[in-house]
Amino acid sequence: MPVPLKTKKMLTQTGDNSAFSFRTKTKSFFASKKGLNADIIREISRQKGEPQWMLDFRLHAYEVFLGKEMPKWGADLTGIDFENIHYYVRPQDKSKRNWDDVPKEIKDTFDKLGIPEAEKKFLAGTGAQFESEMVYHSLAENLAKQGVIFESTDDALKNHPELFKKHFGTVVPPGDNKFSALNSAVWSGGSFIYVPKGVHIELPLQAYFRINIENMGQFERTLIIADEGSSVHYVEGCTAPTYSSDSLHSAVVEIIVKKGARVQYTTIQNWSGNVYNLVTKRAMAYENAEMFWLDCNLGSKVTMKYPSIILRERGAKGEIQSLAFASKGQHQDAGGKVMHLAPDTSSTIISKSISKNGGRSTYRGLVKVIKGAKNVKTRVVCDALMLDPASRSDTYPTMDIKEEDVAIAHEATVASIGEDELFYLMSRGLSEEQAATLIVNGFANPIIRKLPMEYAVELNRLLALEMTGSVG
Amino acid sequence: MLKTLKIKNLHAAIGSTKILNGVSLDISQGEVHIIMGQNGSGKSTLLSVLMGNPKYTVTAGSVILDKKGILELSPTQRAQNGLFLGFQHPQVVAGVALGNFLRLAKNTIATAQKSKTPAIGPAPFAAILRTEMEKLKIDPAFMSRSINEGFSGGEKKKSEVLQMAVLEPSFAFLDEIDSGLDIDALKIVAKQLGAVQKKQGMGLIIVSHNPRILDFIKPDKIHIMSKGKIVAQGGKEIVKKIEKDGFDSFIKK
Repeated sequence: MPVPLKTKKMLTQTGDNSAFSFRTKTKSFFASKKGLNADIIREISRQKGEPQWMLDFRLHAYEVFLGKEMPKWGADLTGIDFENIHYYVRPQDKSKRNWDDVPKEIKDTFDKLGIPEAEKKFLAGTGAQFESEMVYHSLAENLAKQGVIFESTDDALKNHPELFKKHFGTVVPPGDNKFSALNSAVWSGGSFIYVPKGVHIELPLQAYFRINIENMGQFERTLIIADEGSSVHYVEGCTAPTYSSDSLHSAVVEIIVKKGARVQYTTIQNWSGNVYNLVTKRAMAYENAEMFWLDCNLGSKVTMKYPSIILRERGAKGEIQSLAFASKGQHQDAGGKVMHLAPDTSSTIISKSISKNGGRSTYRGLVKVIKGAKNVKTRVVCDALMLDPASRSDTYPTMDIKEEDVAIAHEATVASIGEDELFYLMSRGLSEEQAATLIVNGFANPIIRKLPMEYAVELNRLLALEMTGSVG
Repeated sequence: MLKTLKIKNLHAAIGSTKILNGVSLDISQGEVHIIMGQNGSGKSTLLSVLMGNPKYTVTAGSVILDKKGILELSPTQRAQNGLFLGFQHPQVVAGVALGNFLRLAKNTIATAQKSKTPAIGPAPFAAILRTEMEKLKIDPAFMSRSINEGFSGGEKKKSEVLQMAVLEPSFAFLDEIDSGLDIDALKIVAKQLGAVQKKQGMGLIIVSHNPRILDFIKPDKIHIMSKGKIVAQGGKEIVKKIEKDGFDSFIKK
């Protein structure tokens, strides 16, 4: 079993918040001043050489952002200072297809994270975003020949203007929420994927997102279009070093899964404890299409993320599985949303959260079935594991069902690590910490085993790292 | 050199309820002892206390393993010092494969004991495990199943003996290892128990309330427990007495 270098590096480094906390000294090609106004947005658009319609889209979204209040529900966001953020930091002049052309400091950063070594081993393509821009994108040649597009979203705007304009902003409009509006105003980077009809991409495509400087706002925008009968698995990883003041990560991900297509979108995020992670992810699934969100959230100060699926046509299937680990000073407010808009659609939401050292995790979910969406099946399972009495777990499942011909299952459990379980494992020679880690790994296992092997190994190690020093 | 385990005047309580009221028992490696007695006589508690279950408070007495008091040690340290408890009701640990867990335990104990043999990798360990599973007639598929999850009563007991065989303790305490086993399974378990005990020169303390176990295991000593104390000790003649007069005959004394 090949262990990704990412993992090996992680294990050889020590210190708070694991191996990802190293910082790279870089010289930015361009960095906007802190704070946001229409001029900064014009400057971002100008630097990117965008068409007028995109600038108009951005400026409109900015108005929407200003007009919207901060969400009054969910996690505490009062610590976000919109004036103290760099909204656009460009690390180099443009995205590279050849790794050797990437500036050395940035290359070093990703080398430490095991990228792009992983690409050679088990990926069909890799992208790497540093601050605001994708610094690197590559795709296996045979896929490019079949018409697969895997580029930075900025490049796709230039290279495929019609395909881009037809889909961009159609699944998550700027007015969806305050942070989708902000992203729409200042978006930069992210991946654009187009999979032509009937093309199946066997190995995952991966993108890695890295925030490196302090007070950075990262606003990538990902758009995936899986054409009829195609399939793709996209994996994103996210990390940042620890700073004393906060950074903001506010992405928008839009996915269009056409008739009979399948998309899996896997996230493994391990943000440092000073990142506000407020992400809007939504997929539109057409006839007999399948969408699967697999969302693993470690780290960050606050995460608010509810991957959503709109089951728009008959026979569409949606599945959202999420894992959240909240430690001291962290709030993971996560879950999922599914809208059943057509008959014979089915959905599963499985959410597992682990809270430790006073960490807080919240499951927030919505299942909506409109009138006329007959023969709908939906199942929601949320399990919480609390490692100590100081931690907290809340569950807010909402069901909005307007149709009677529906099969609904809902299960929720809250558990703490039992003394009997610990004693049993310790009586076999394991330390209390090893025993607790094993129990946590076992709890998370149903989600972790959905990951490709290399990522499962990494996530188990990340969990073990989170558990280090967790027991007296 | 053979190790000894000396239990002296052991008192223990759960909360304010006294359960052990002065148990004394000596056992050396290579010996097999059986403790019998009615339900509630304190047999299981004794084994649990020997392994360091934090539920119980030791209020008096000592347990000496080779001149070293073990009552201050955590369950982890006791296991690493060569003690093992086969549970009456083994815990389910969801999502953790039996094989992975057992390899981790084996390697952790070896490291703690400063063993010169290097850590065992997954493949050679699976081979060892498969051999041991075969002896107990456990389906090798159980290796990748979650610890005790969905195991029948008999499968759980076999799994406990399997863990003992693999971890190779100096002293093993087996709590009601015969309950929940049908006669065929009991034969298999008892045979393997005896084989492992002999091969590894293990000291065994088996707790049971069913004299039937003596048809399959030949102990060096039998102890009868009642009300938190050992009230009689001896050899086979004790069993005859139990069979004739029941446990009551010891208690009324």
